Amino acid sequence: MVIRGSTQLLVIGLVSSWLVLFGVVPLLLLVATSFLAQDPVEFFRVAPSLESYRQLLDPNYLAVIWRSVGFALTTTVLCLLLGYPFAWYTARLSRSSRVLVLILLMIPFWTNSLVRTYAIRMVLGTQGLLNKALLATGIIDTPLRLLYTDTAVVLGLLYLMLPFMILPLYANLEKLDYRLVEAGRDLGAGFVQIFTRVIWPLSLPGVYAGIILVFVPSMGLFYVATLLGGARQILVGNLIQQQFLNARNWPMGSATSVVLILMMALMLVGYWLVLRRLARRRLGS
Amino acid sequence: MKPGLRLFYFLGIFAYLYLPIAILMVNAFNLNRYGLRWDGFTLQWFVAMAGNAGLMEAARHSLLIAVCAATSATLIGALAAIGFSRYRFPGRRLFQGTLMTLMMAPDIILAIALLVLFIVIGVSLGFWSLLIAHITFCLPFTVVTVSARLQGFDPSLLDAARDLGASEFQLLGRVVLPLLRPALLSSWLLCFTLSLDDVIVSSFVTGPSYDVLPLKIFSMVKVGVKPEVNALATIMVVLSLVLVLLSQLFLKEKEGNEKR
Repeated sequence: MVIRGSTQLLVIGLVSSWLVLFGVVPLLLLVATSFLAQDPVEFFRVAPSLESYRQLLDPNYLAVIWRSVGFALTTTVLCLLLGYPFAWYTARLSRSSRVLVLILLMIPFWTNSLVRTYAIRMVLGTQGLLNKALLATGIIDTPLRLLYTDTAVVLGLLYLMLPFMILPLYANLEKLDYRLVEAGRDLGAGFVQIFTRVIWPLSLPGVYAGIILVFVPSMGLFYVATLLGGARQILVGNLIQQQFLNARNWPMGSATSVVLILMMALMLVGYWLVLRRLARRRLGS
Repeated sequence: MKPGLRLFYFLGIFAYLYLPIAILMVNAFNLNRYGLRWDGFTLQWFVAMAGNAGLMEAARHSLLIAVCAATSATLIGALAAIGFSRYRFPGRRLFQGTLMTLMMAPDIILAIALLVLFIVIGVSLGFWSLLIAHITFCLPFTVVTVSARLQGFDPSLLDAARDLGASEFQLLGRVVLPLLRPALLSSWLLCFTLSLDDVIVSSFVTGPSYDVLPLKIFSMVKVGVKPEVNALATIMVVLSLVLVLLSQLFLKEKEGNEKR
């Protein structure tokens, strides 16, 4: 626009080289490392090997990955269940209350996530607020052991990830033409029918964007598992961290991360397919 | 949902998001070390925090990295957005794809990928490796923010300025940058926040010589409750509150400009 000719080439060159050098090259190196031989002393040995992938298929290792997928899936479903109505009602609010709700959503989102995980730990302790409230209301007689359980990890992941689900959903639902809902109602459709036939299909891009932002990243949040789940290695992020920083076994750590990369790629392909199908349907009608 | 139920649901979500933070902040002023009950008001944890040399050094490092990363990323990202608008070049799709991948990829992937790169090319882990990593994960956000602003930009303004004899530099300084100001400010704030918030990338790409805040906090709270951390966390929450409000103010300014 303003920058032209040689300056423009310089700018494009600079930014492209940055992205290639610090974005593309590291990813390729990472994938390459997963095919190198392991070494007891060095990070890796420069020799081709499939050893890490063989170890990845070890039932014990696979079990951890499956458990991690379970955590991510539970978190994603809960985020969607809690976040969808929130996004829908926020999109229907008046302009000024909408801004207020969004600001209130942004403040925790902009607060350090480690600090927030630590805060969750205070609430969940045996002497924490949740137990005190439950005891005081007489729902339980003895304090529940909440901290260092799987429930605590899910509550922590949900806490950090909820805004990532709500914001894309909101962005999508805000654009939804409300007249379609009214038309459905005029034609005699009930709440369930309007939701399943009108609102939900139109909101699919937002739903998928939210799922992409929550599902795979939540498997990487190793500090949540460390602070809330105790000593056990329960997220893929913990496995990767352990291989890289403690065991210093880079090929194994890289192979583990390739699992995450593949999942991410699958989700992005799914997202693309959804967008394409919606675009086609729109053209067809 | 009935209105009453809806309100209850909204309050429930906000309670979930805010109660833990609120308890943390209350405990920062609580005489009781473990926050088990209210024992009276104190500022001693703030004093203890300020006296913790390691923690303060890590805080200085984090702020320095955040300011440098936000400034560089905003600068590079803005130049990229301006340079790329209206220019079709081979590999544009690839460029956009790389940006999107960087933005969506889990932090841990970028973290170990950069760690491998730094070790392979021999960058020692510390200030520079951290800065490069932080600029890299901030960059997509600045490009997106500034590009969005450029799309709502009236190109005839540039023609008008050119007709009036403005040089390219004057165009950039007197027309483009003022118009981009809200986008630049809000993307700077976003990058600053992202940089301060980052735990995962930092824990892989920094070395023992350069401790940063999230890592310091992580190692402190791994073993138990630390009231100094409550005090520090309180300051961080207030800081993010101020930053969100500031960025909202800049967005308001943007809308004001458009109305004119």
